[in-house]
Amino acid sequence: MSNPIFIALIPILPLTCFLLLGLFGRKHFSTTSGIIGTLSLFISTILSFATAYQYFFQTGKINGVYQKIIVFKYTWLEFAPNLSIDMGILLDPITVMMLVVVSFVSLMVHVFSLGYMKGETRFATYYAFLSLFTFSMLGLILSSNIFQIYLFWELVGVSSFLLIGFYFEKPSAVAASKKAFIVTRFADLGFLIGILILAFYAHTLDFGILIERLSVISSPYLTVINAASFLGMSALSWGLILVFIGGAGKSAMFPLHIWLPDAMEGPTPVSALIHAATMVVAGVFLVARLFPIFALSDPGALQVVMYTGAFSAFFAAVIACTQTDIKRVLAYSTMSQIGYMMFALGVSKYSGEEGLGYMGSMFHLFTHAFFKSLLFLGAGSVIHFVHSNEMKDMGGLRKLMPITHISFLIACLAIAGIPPFAGFFSKEEILMAAFESNRLIYVVALITSGLTAFYMFRLYYSIFWSKDASVKNHHGEGTISMKIPLILLAILAIGSGLVPIASFVTADGLPITSHVPISFSIVPVSLALIGILLATRLFKNSNDLPVRISQQMGGLYTAASRKFYIDEVYLFVTKKILFNLIGKPAAWFDKHIVDGLMNLLANSTAKVSELIKGFQSGKVQDYALYFFGGIASLIILFIYLWQ
Amino acid sequence: MLNEYLILLKSEWIIIAIIFLLLFIKVGPKDWKNETLLYGINILLLFNLLAGFYNNVEGNLFNGMYHSTQLILLEKNILNLGVYLVSLIAYPWLKEHKHLLEFYILLLSTLLGMFFMISSGNLLIFYLGLELSTIPLAALANFDLHKRQSSEAAMKLIISSAFSSAILLFGVSILYGTTGSLSFYEISQHIYGNQLQVIAFILILAGFCFKISVVPFHLWTADVYEGAPAPVTAYLSVISKTAVLFIFMSVMYTVFKTIATQWYLMIFVLSIVTILIGNLFALRQNNLKRFLAFSSIAQVGFILLGLSGTSIMGIASVIYFLLIYLFSNLAAFGVITLVSAVANKETISDYKGFYKTNPFLSWVLAIALFSLAGVPPTAGFFGKFFLIMAGAERGNYIWVVFAAINMIISFYYYLKVVKAIFMDPNDQPIETISIPALPKLAMIICLAGMILTGFFSWIYEYIYSLSIL
Repeated sequence: MSNPIFIALIPILPLTCFLLLGLFGRKHFSTTSGIIGTLSLFISTILSFATAYQYFFQTGKINGVYQKIIVFKYTWLEFAPNLSIDMGILLDPITVMMLVVVSFVSLMVHVFSLGYMKGETRFATYYAFLSLFTFSMLGLILSSNIFQIYLFWELVGVSSFLLIGFYFEKPSAVAASKKAFIVTRFADLGFLIGILILAFYAHTLDFGILIERLSVISSPYLTVINAASFLGMSALSWGLILVFIGGAGKSAMFPLHIWLPDAMEGPTPVSALIHAATMVVAGVFLVARLFPIFALSDPGALQVVMYTGAFSAFFAAVIACTQTDIKRVLAYSTMSQIGYMMFALGVSKYSGEEGLGYMGSMFHLFTHAFFKSLLFLGAGSVIHFVHSNEMKDMGGLRKLMPITHISFLIACLAIAGIPPFAGFFSKEEILMAAFESNRLIYVVALITSGLTAFYMFRLYYSIFWSKDASVKNHHGEGTISMKIPLILLAILAIGSGLVPIASFVTADGLPITSHVPISFSIVPVSLALIGILLATRLFKNSNDLPVRISQQMGGLYTAASRKFYIDEVYLFVTKKILFNLIGKPAAWFDKHIVDGLMNLLANSTAKVSELIKGFQSGKVQDYALYFFGGIASLIILFIYLWQ
Repeated sequence: MLNEYLILLKSEWIIIAIIFLLLFIKVGPKDWKNETLLYGINILLLFNLLAGFYNNVEGNLFNGMYHSTQLILLEKNILNLGVYLVSLIAYPWLKEHKHLLEFYILLLSTLLGMFFMISSGNLLIFYLGLELSTIPLAALANFDLHKRQSSEAAMKLIISSAFSSAILLFGVSILYGTTGSLSFYEISQHIYGNQLQVIAFILILAGFCFKISVVPFHLWTADVYEGAPAPVTAYLSVISKTAVLFIFMSVMYTVFKTIATQWYLMIFVLSIVTILIGNLFALRQNNLKRFLAFSSIAQVGFILLGLSGTSIMGIASVIYFLLIYLFSNLAAFGVITLVSAVANKETISDYKGFYKTNPFLSWVLAIALFSLAGVPPTAGFFGKFFLIMAGAERGNYIWVVFAAINMIISFYYYLKVVKAIFMDPNDQPIETISIPALPKLAMIICLAGMILTGFFSWIYEYIYSLSIL
């Protein structure tokens, strides 16, 4: 198994599948494409698990420390002997963990889609896109080179654009896919500039060498990059913050989150894949990948990560309380949970017990992937059932959809942090890390965790309780292929908290023993319980209490339900300020000066063309004349004038 | 001793053998069918191509008048590949042609001339090779025997070539007068950069510039390219140009290296003018062959930029680019030849709606145009990228920026053609053309070349490792 071919096969299988289905799918595999896609991913998943087993238990550890292993490396473009873009595979604890998460969740989504997307006319295209996305995501996490990660990063962006805009007949889907693409593209620009800054000073693009050169205190590269400064910040801070901006764009951190709620226009299984477990955590993954540099050389940049994460976590949780579209609630809850992961990285130190935040963040990434994709798939199955995204069209579904109901409840308990479900364990680690390093963050995290419990159970009651089922004519809960993923993921939403991530995935590769005292858990768990009780009181049976409260809350509720007017602010900034202050003058300039110049250029090009058409007279004697003229001017220019 | 002559001149012997074989078939009693002959000849050319990779040795012959290095052998292999591809794409045109054998005899004679030219270590051999590679070309340009334009192209080519050869010879004689030798090595030892020598250099430069269509010595190009049969145009614009660029580069880098500061500026001016005029003219063409003629003029401007690097990277980037240019241009010409042989249509407006009827050919043409324009991820992008990198080493950023801007301008006219193929509606598009096996093979080789050459970095590294200053 240590054979690199097997590891390389993990991303290559989905790629092959994409090519096969993309090129021939519609003609030859219009019905079997789902099976083909699922099978190939099944093999990838098995290989991922085998790789993880191999890495964690056999090859990964040297002297008790997990190593970065380069499985293979191919020099793709060489600029200079020591600066090249490589294509390679790098295995380290986070890569291997992500490998398992991504391939497994993707497999679940593949299976779920067999039932969910059945009967779509572009069924094969859908699976081709899913495979492309899975390939890009797997490629991203396996990258051994920062430029390679950027390539896959963009590929992930493109394939998510394709998937979000899958229902391209719907104008809102097209707009959403465009929004997601453009917003993340802006962030990616930051990422690219960050890469260039880091690579320029470290003289390498390779992750291992880059991290070593920029995190060892005595390194000469570090001295230079710290000494160079721009607008009062060192080049290192600029580089890291720009890279983080790239990550924040993909991970929907405030204020670059505006694309995420709209992206819910895509098919629901796609949201479960992209917006729960894979693409949105790419930003967390990126910060974790460069964590040694952040933690050892530039704690200032890490603070930026921390505050952005904490604010996003809280902010999104508030908005989530007010949304009525169930997928949007989940979208904001994702943003909030990723905020958790980000600030957990932010409060962490590099080594030993103080590296708890890093471990907690990765742990939460791991558990969150399962229960959040479960929530999305459950939501998908509900939407499949009632053909609507709005809470008001739902209610009382618990009897009609027992499996969805139970699994959704499990996921809600997990995300709310109720023991012994998975979310409890990872959240405790994060809270502990925050408690030990920054009390303010700890308080914000506590409040957020109470809010999380509240809005999740608001969602749960609105879907499954609240009133009697209004849907009469139904077609069953869904196919068996839709139920199996729900059950499997529900098992993981319970059990994945017991995985001892602490001994596998840490910043410095050494296992840490985390001991969260039971007394510590009392506060967060009781806050979560209060949130749940409140939601039960308000939403379990239909009454007018929520409306009354929201009326009393007045402006605040409106502000939150309008997502704090962030979209409007963007519109204001873009439409009013950019358009009037910059756009209009620019348009005037464009119309009169640039267009004028262009017209002038076009006209004069045409004129010059007319004129020099004379050169191309078709007469050889003229050609000879110009030939000689050329020689004469060269001689005059270079022998008489120049010397 | 004899062995040495056999092995060192291996490539030349094979060509000569094929020429004589074809000659015997021509004068022999039996009338062969065109199809049979074409398949036979293509197999011979494939053999010739493969033999080029076998038993390659370096050495000198005739007191250094002829020399062979691994780099030169690689260049010959590239030319062999080009000739093989041209021969494949010429199939639909030659299938009905009465003088098929003469075509190949003339074609291979020019190839022989090119081989001697790029292996030359002496101005005399160089000149002989140059003429041998030019005069039969004029006859080839005339090979659409019933078309007036074709004869016109031939006349223009032969007269212009004669003129440029005269100028070149004038330069050579001045050079001989000032240095007392014709050997490249001896000359390079006696060049000091006095005015007479610079004038001689300019005259020789003009001769070269004529062959590779540098403005203002390019005027014959468009007329000849338009009038000549499409495969001959392909040959002229790719093989002939590539061969001259090979020897041009080595002459510039070895013989005239002591006056490098002077020629650097001349190349700078010529390159700027060439890119500009090439782009300006390409914008307004409607005949596809003429369009490719002007676009290839602009391409040469970029090559001059890479060549100005005067470094190993300069050599490697130029050869690498020429390899990619060969694939891209021959792919485009493959489609054009086929369409003009079957449907007799050559203008861009004829190609409107081409995608509806001929999707495969459309994709080949589009990818070729993308590669010529330098759009990633086609190999053309990497080719141009390395050229610009090589040029940038000298620190002349005006030139680099100018080239980059013009690269973007050139996107416009390349994409105009692509737009015509894919998007413009047309009531009467070119009918669906069935693609014969041989041209299809050529197109597939070219497609592979255009896509893979960029990704397999060892190709560039291999060329780099052979390059010597």
